[in-house]
Amino acid sequence: MNQPRLGKQLISLALVAPLLLFLIVFFALPLVTMIKSAVSDPVAARTLPATARSVSSWDRTSPPTVEMQAAFVADLRQISDDQLFGDLVRRLNSAKSGFRTLMPKTRKAALDTAGSIDLVALDKRWGDISYWQAVSVAASSRITDRNLLAAVDLQRDASGAIASLPADASANKAIMLRTFVMALTVTGACILIGFPFAMIAASVDGWKRQLLLGAVLLPLWTSLLVRTAAWFILLQDRGLINSVLMQSGVTSSPIPLIFNRAGVIIAMTHVLLPFMVLPIFSVLIGIPKNLMPAAASLGAHPVRAFLNVLLPLGLRGVVSGSLLVFMSALGYYITPALIGGAKDQMISSVIAYYATGAANWGMAGALGLVLLAATMILYAIYLRLSSERETSP
Amino acid sequence: MNNPFIRLEEVSKSFGLLTVVEGLNLEIGKGEFISLLGPSGSGKTTILMMLAGFENPTSGAIWAGGKRIDSLPPHRRNMGVVFQNYALFPHMTVSENVAFPLKMRNVPRAKVKERVGKALDMVQLGSLAERRPSQLSGGQQQRVALARALIFEPEVVLMDEPLGALDKQLREQMQLDIRDLHRRLELTIVFVTHDQSEALTMSDRIAIFNRGKIEQIGKPSDIYDHPSTQFVAEFIGETNLVRGCVQSVEGGTARVQLPGGQEVFVETATDLRPNSSVCLSIRPERIKVGRREAAGNNITAAVSDIVYHGDHLRLVARSDSQSLTIKTDRSQPTLSIGDEVQLSFLSSDCWVVSA
Repeated sequence: MNQPRLGKQLISLALVAPLLLFLIVFFALPLVTMIKSAVSDPVAARTLPATARSVSSWDRTSPPTVEMQAAFVADLRQISDDQLFGDLVRRLNSAKSGFRTLMPKTRKAALDTAGSIDLVALDKRWGDISYWQAVSVAASSRITDRNLLAAVDLQRDASGAIASLPADASANKAIMLRTFVMALTVTGACILIGFPFAMIAASVDGWKRQLLLGAVLLPLWTSLLVRTAAWFILLQDRGLINSVLMQSGVTSSPIPLIFNRAGVIIAMTHVLLPFMVLPIFSVLIGIPKNLMPAAASLGAHPVRAFLNVLLPLGLRGVVSGSLLVFMSALGYYITPALIGGAKDQMISSVIAYYATGAANWGMAGALGLVLLAATMILYAIYLRLSSERETSP
Repeated sequence: MNNPFIRLEEVSKSFGLLTVVEGLNLEIGKGEFISLLGPSGSGKTTILMMLAGFENPTSGAIWAGGKRIDSLPPHRRNMGVVFQNYALFPHMTVSENVAFPLKMRNVPRAKVKERVGKALDMVQLGSLAERRPSQLSGGQQQRVALARALIFEPEVVLMDEPLGALDKQLREQMQLDIRDLHRRLELTIVFVTHDQSEALTMSDRIAIFNRGKIEQIGKPSDIYDHPSTQFVAEFIGETNLVRGCVQSVEGGTARVQLPGGQEVFVETATDLRPNSSVCLSIRPERIKVGRREAAGNNITAAVSDIVYHGDHLRLVARSDSQSLTIKTDRSQPTLSIGDEVQLSFLSSDCWVVSA
């Protein structure tokens, strides 16, 4: 009795196995790795085990003890791998600048002389408690909230309380806000262009509808990079748009359209428009054709018929289209990078900088995590709102 | 008609090369229930769409209440339209649907509530006011559509096959309900249908459409008893069409010879010439079986089929090359296939339709 059911379950499991494996290897694992790298901080704890033990009893305000200094020097002598030492220096330097020169100097001294070393005599920076605080924080724990806090422009001060970073030190919050504002602007532009377009496409049929939908779909089949490059050419000061405007006498000098916000919004709206038009279109063609005539026969002026009948019925498409566009826009990288100026970069370019430029995977992971969390919260709100609307009588 | 409320004057409508309505003249009186009846593609729905304002005539004029309306947009025509598949607004409740025309006319809220209540009571749906259309049955949805089309007291109510989607029993109930509303509220109703029995039951007048033209217009009984063309005779009810040759005409009666050589007398209003070929229409229920009528026509025929229909029997009998269908009650003496029977019908039940 149970045997055939088990067999069937095994078969269905085997059928979804390729997808499952794909998702695990290329989606779940990288996600977990990024989250882990955002919070893991093992370098100092691994390279400075003796220091970690001796600072555990230190109150982090009194001057460093002799045992701590001895343990630190002993740990430095243990490090044979130069790359590991480099990682440690980078980790400490990111907490407190100055370690980049201080550490090699100290290590050289530790390796050159046997026995105990007076670190303060070697470099007076070792007399500064804040350096020891940085070493202590880094060595005593394998996980850290440093990256996550830094991703939202926060840090832990000397006493361990959360405080905001100095205004000039980081702009993540501002860039995050800019990312949301730009994504919202693009979504709004897509609604303004997409809704009338979808309405027209839904109201005609035959070759006209095919043509209109083709106009939307064709860009979708073209590579994002190609489309962005095309806008790069169109938007230039001597590009097609500006030369037409100048020749027709609308302006005398070119309108700046590239390397600024306007250009990025134009290009992103074009790239994302299909994701707005298609959901709205599919909702609109599902609306019975005779509702608008019915509204007219009941005395509704076309504008009021639109506002009272077509718009509320098409809203479902607008909401799902907006969600698609907004979420895609949040993660945009290539278009702002090619067409935007320095002040139009979105959070993904900061992530890219940390991942490929600064090799700071921790920060890249933390920023990614913050973006993911913000997106998930928005999605949860959407789900809540849409389910409420469905269940309401 | 002395004082028609709606007048269509030489109205034509073409879509591209296809002419759907051609040179149509029609007058509709105030308080009249007129059915536009015809096969699909005969132009009846197009007329309704032009009355409602969803289509504009290619040429001709439409008048309503003394005003020319054919260039007026639909929302300013004050005509209630009931659509075939109801066209209720799915995102509104029943009462919101019914309130819609009043809302569009900026009627004060308190007044709207009162009138919606009254309208829903009129169609016996007061208890379902807060439901959505999707939660109602087909018949209930149709009542909502009716209430919505009537609540703003339109001058004319246009109905486009409103009962087409309902099952037979419900359809017959709704026919009676609509007829009742028509009488009580003294509505002017233009009713499009392809169901001839619906048109016969409900209408004051019926206009039979064929290929964009009115084939015949008149009272249901006139059209049924005196169809003017072969098309009308076949479209309304069931009939036997018999070809024959006119032998002589005396007064209003013509003597017609059937192909088998038998002769029948026919009452006719049209002028017939001897030796001309005519087409006769004889309704199956007017033919009597097994009796000779001294005043009528008598034919002998052989029964070739008997079909039991519950309330009546249907016989098919052959006389020479002519096949006749006869509708008869069940009190007939037992007949069997092959029996020779005597058929008789009055000369007034035999009607000449244009050949």
